Amino acid sequence: MPKDETNEVVLKVEEIYKNYKGKEVLKGISFEVRKGEVKVIIGPSGTGKSTLLRCLNLLTVPDKGRVYLEGEEITHAKKNIHQFRQKIGMVFQDFNLFDHLTALGNVEIGLTRVKKMEREKAREKAQEELRRVGLEEQANLYPAQLSGGQKQRVSIARTLAMDPKVILFDEPTSALDPELIGEVLEVIKNLALQGMTMVLVTHEMGFARSVANEIIFMEEGKILESGPPAQLFSNPKYERTRQFLHKITELYGE
Amino acid sequence: MDKDKDKGGENASLVSLTFRLFVSPPLFNFYNYKARRRTVTENLALIFQSLPYLLEGAVVTLGLVGGSLGLGLIIGIPMAVGQVYGNKYLATLISLYVWFFRGLPELVLLFLFYFGLFTLWGLNLTAFTAAILVLGLRSAAYQSQIFRGSIQSLGEGQMLAALSLGMKKSEAILSIILPQALRVSIPGWSNEYAIILKDSAITYAIGVMELLTRANFIATRTYKPMPIFLACAVIFIFLTYGGVKALNLLEKKVRIPGYAYGRREI
Repeated sequence: MPKDETNEVVLKVEEIYKNYKGKEVLKGISFEVRKGEVKVIIGPSGTGKSTLLRCLNLLTVPDKGRVYLEGEEITHAKKNIHQFRQKIGMVFQDFNLFDHLTALGNVEIGLTRVKKMEREKAREKAQEELRRVGLEEQANLYPAQLSGGQKQRVSIARTLAMDPKVILFDEPTSALDPELIGEVLEVIKNLALQGMTMVLVTHEMGFARSVANEIIFMEEGKILESGPPAQLFSNPKYERTRQFLHKITELYGE
Repeated sequence: MDKDKDKGGENASLVSLTFRLFVSPPLFNFYNYKARRRTVTENLALIFQSLPYLLEGAVVTLGLVGGSLGLGLIIGIPMAVGQVYGNKYLATLISLYVWFFRGLPELVLLFLFYFGLFTLWGLNLTAFTAAILVLGLRSAAYQSQIFRGSIQSLGEGQMLAALSLGMKKSEAILSIILPQALRVSIPGWSNEYAIILKDSAITYAIGVMELLTRANFIATRTYKPMPIFLACAVIFIFLTYGGVKALNLLEKKVRIPGYAYGRREI
């Protein structure tokens, strides 16, 4: 994987804790994401991976801990949080496209409503982003007229249009038919090649292995272990990690 | 089978009613034929004479409906938004409002406000304005629940996605949530139109010169309630039909492509 050698930390996460109705979901998570790095978070379901991602752009507010974006703390931004969220892209498991807008409209709306870009410029940029995910011809279709894979690619284009510093992917292929997964992974892989900084939650182990700079294995709200994919796959520190990787590889294949 | 028969019976009685009123006297009732025929002519003449006066009343009725539906819309939408996205104090306040206006009969509200509260507050309102206010405030309570249901029927993901793009909550509500929720609301809202239209007739009780009030005037003066109220009913039914039809067209016009609308095969 080509890695941007600048050591600038884009996202820094410090000791995140989160409770849901008395149940501890996150128990002190810390990690750093450097520019151009691709971090993949894996782990059994219910271990708080999605909650962790949502804590990173404060869609969920953590009980304790801090998140820094390029050195600025965002955990206590309160009213200005929307300004930070512009710079943190997010791609959801079930796409969450705006159903009343065309593919183009979905990509455009962040530019016109949030960045206050002129309509024509926004349209141009939106078209460019759709081209980037290979959907320029579907620009005028509505979400209900697109396949799952196409929807997810539109949602990636929507995020890209905002020129984010980092993109968070929350199981981007889990809601897709097996034969549609490839096209979405392809787009994400290209982004990695172009040096986009990304944090991914996924069960696609083969993909994780090929695209990640580092894999984080989470269990029960904690990071059990982390390291480069080669090390984690061939020589994990914990038996539990080996078990999980074995099971999930069997299930999803390489 | 029995049910069908009943239905047929009802239809038959409706048919025979119109028949007896307009058709049967001249055709079959040879006994006193001339007198009956005269009655029919008189009835029709009365309806035609009263028509301009009644239609003016229909305009007043439409004014009542337009005014109160509009007022209800302007108040109802923010109320729905407040109930879904506001803090719990605001939400409680709104449900109290809804509880009050849904809990009282329309006539009680009209009397309470027109004869009581408005006077107490030193407002010197015409019956027409008072009626619009009361019907509008009441409709806001119902409309807010139509919109609340629509907003809640949208997936939570719409808001999450909007926020993740960096929209403020208010922006997300205006440009993502409401455009979708309002579309979903149209069928429920057309119901509200039909209900308000018919409820507007109760303002007769505080002397608004709407359709029913005028019909009643003529009926008491001429001692001929049947033809007049029948004309009044026909006008009401056309107003309901026209409005609902228009809203159906609107629903079709703003529908989002790719979604199943109308009748379903499955």
